[in-house]
Amino acid sequence: MSNVQPPHPGIPDEMLVDADTPRPAYRSYHAWLSRVAEQELRAKRSEAELLFQRVGITFALNGEDDGAERLIPFDFVPRIIPAGEWETLERGLRQRVAALNAFLGDIYGEQRILQAGLVPADLVLRNAQYQVAMHGLALPRSIYAHIAGIDLVRHSDGNYYVLEDNLRVPSGVSYMLENRRMMMRLFPELFAEHRVAPVEHYPNLLLRTLREASAVDDPNVVVLTPGRFNSAYFEHAFLARQMGVTLVEGQDLFVRGGFVHMRTTSGPRRVDVIYRRIDDAFLDPLAFRADSMLGVPGLLSVYRAGNVVLANAIGTGVADDKSMYPYVPEMVRFYLGEEPILRNVPTWCLRRPEDLAYVEEHLGELVVKEVHGAGGYGMLVGPAASGEEIAEFRGRIRRDPHNYIAQPTLSLSTCPTLVEEGIAPRHIDLRPFVLSGSTTRIVPGGLTRVALKRGSLVVNSSQGGGTKDTWVLAEDPRAEDGTC
Amino acid sequence: MLSRTAADLFWLSRYLERAENTARMLDVAHSMAMMPAGRSAEQELAAPLRVTGTLGAFREQHARLTVAALYQYLAWDSTHPASIYSCLRVARENAHAVRGRITTEMWETLNATWLELNRMRSGRHPALKPFCDWVKERSHLWRGATVGTLARGDAFHFLRLGTFLERADNSARMLEVKQLDAAEEGSTLRDYYHWSALLQALGALESHQDAYLGRIDADTVAELLILRSDTPRSLRSCLEEINNTLSHIGGPQGRRAKGIARTLLTQLEFGSLAELRTAGLDRFLSDFLGTIDRIGSGIREEYLESA
Repeated sequence: MSNVQPPHPGIPDEMLVDADTPRPAYRSYHAWLSRVAEQELRAKRSEAELLFQRVGITFALNGEDDGAERLIPFDFVPRIIPAGEWETLERGLRQRVAALNAFLGDIYGEQRILQAGLVPADLVLRNAQYQVAMHGLALPRSIYAHIAGIDLVRHSDGNYYVLEDNLRVPSGVSYMLENRRMMMRLFPELFAEHRVAPVEHYPNLLLRTLREASAVDDPNVVVLTPGRFNSAYFEHAFLARQMGVTLVEGQDLFVRGGFVHMRTTSGPRRVDVIYRRIDDAFLDPLAFRADSMLGVPGLLSVYRAGNVVLANAIGTGVADDKSMYPYVPEMVRFYLGEEPILRNVPTWCLRRPEDLAYVEEHLGELVVKEVHGAGGYGMLVGPAASGEEIAEFRGRIRRDPHNYIAQPTLSLSTCPTLVEEGIAPRHIDLRPFVLSGSTTRIVPGGLTRVALKRGSLVVNSSQGGGTKDTWVLAEDPRAEDGTC
Repeated sequence: MLSRTAADLFWLSRYLERAENTARMLDVAHSMAMMPAGRSAEQELAAPLRVTGTLGAFREQHARLTVAALYQYLAWDSTHPASIYSCLRVARENAHAVRGRITTEMWETLNATWLELNRMRSGRHPALKPFCDWVKERSHLWRGATVGTLARGDAFHFLRLGTFLERADNSARMLEVKQLDAAEEGSTLRDYYHWSALLQALGALESHQDAYLGRIDADTVAELLILRSDTPRSLRSCLEEINNTLSHIGGPQGRRAKGIARTLLTQLEFGSLAELRTAGLDRFLSDFLGTIDRIGSGIREEYLESA
């Protein structure tokens, strides 16, 4: 008798085919889980929480008197991906990020894809994320998004779909690494039984990628953080530490003589590569937001002169915008001459009359989003909406169809998760991290986020989401680690 | 190293050292106050406040100087910037800011200290003695993690500078208060407890026993705590550490601090107790404190606020 609750009907579960049958990749884990008492698992979870508190993997320090800091809930039932499945995902990720980088190089250069009419020029050039300052700039290796996070979900048809590309400052990789460390500490016996592909070398690959981003011989690489009150500060400090590079704030840097320097105890030292974890708008108060206290005055002029590298480049946001998403498969075909390996969620662009007509007919089944909206605002979830809401929305999209896209309602796959009611299915997504340098580097897996509320599809940590370790099983141990 | 990072490390270790010193003084004041051969309990309890110059501030808040009031003020009062709680809070905030530059083991040691402190604070406070022992233990653990895991680079050096500047300052202040006291006292038995309390607070009772074989008076104590280089909290050994550390920091900066520290060390290396007494110990100690302060501002101006 299994202590794992059966999957929801009609929704694929990563572990279970039905109540008693695990998928092949989970066979051994499922057997182990069925042997362990729930009490023991809860004890392990308390232990994990104590350890995370101690390590200080917390979500923002608010400087309160009681020192209250939040933990992102960690669930120890791993998401397991079979080697073959990962192999396809990895090829797809390489291809997609290569195309996105090529796209960025193109729209800030020759604009061939616009001339070919494959992407509407006004969508790109009038996009708020399009940075004129980048126009005509030659970047080393033509790489714009050195670090990309691609959000994937598995739909009820069993296939993975790309939900979103993150090309600005994707975060979460420290949780991927700490979750693995925690799992190995809590359940060493499981790692003896499963051959799980390692992820611990990610900081090495990141450093290599950042060093390759500069033409300088032995570049001085720094991580630029908004500071210790930023919610991702732990990750910034963690990555700097793991790479052995300096963690700087804007106030530590200054521009002199056409270069960026940092203030050190032995005088100014030149900085060659900045892994910046600050949004474009805050980078340089002279060029962007004048009220930014986080940036470095004059940085943009040094950047434009090619005397410092920013990773990621300025202006990458134009390629991960919702309005650009439907065109990514076209980019793969145009720049690489290949068919896309990863699927896009079918998307109707309401600016096209035939799409608008279809969407108007099917509003009750679709999700309609504002092109530049975020955080669930300006959105219609058809199946959950009332007749009046649908009628009201129909008026809005008719008035301004350019501002909307529509997608079918997805059903994210679930993975068993320890919650109050026991080990029950919860919806998950997956964010692998793709590093682009002299070659493309990906550690197997990524960050799995889980929606802890029953039935919820929202995996964001700000809204009660948690994380899981992600195991890519290595069928052939010699082939698991070709890039490091 | 980044100047801002160096400053965070420097203050981090100053505040940790301050927390430990406060725990040491509190612990000894408490045991002395229970001693029938000692002076009045109130005088003993006032000692840590006089050393830290907070007697007035304490009196504003507390009508009577009791063990409980002193414990609350020096250990737990979050509005008192030099309480153990406040020191550990600042130290932990600074560590958080530089967690990329200290080792994981150091960070976890300090973070665990902070979490445990808050747990104790929200429940029933532990008794004074076990609490002081705990603070000292956590300080030892931090030092062990530092010495045992941190590379001998600038991060290590700025941490050491903070520790030994704070320690030199604290040792000298304790001597200053105790010297004045000595002039008022007469009884041999009282003297014995008076001096052994000071030694205990500075963790130097055993080394004193080894060095002076049972003899204990104002001279042996002053010599040990000012001039000997083999006693870890003596003024001379603090200055040796400061000099040594300054000479290891790379770069052209820091000439002023280095010069002042070297001169002061030379004075301690070649001075004798008789000479110090001739010139006046009180005078010596207040000069010493002024010089330590100048080394501190030299470090601040030349390293921590540079470029």
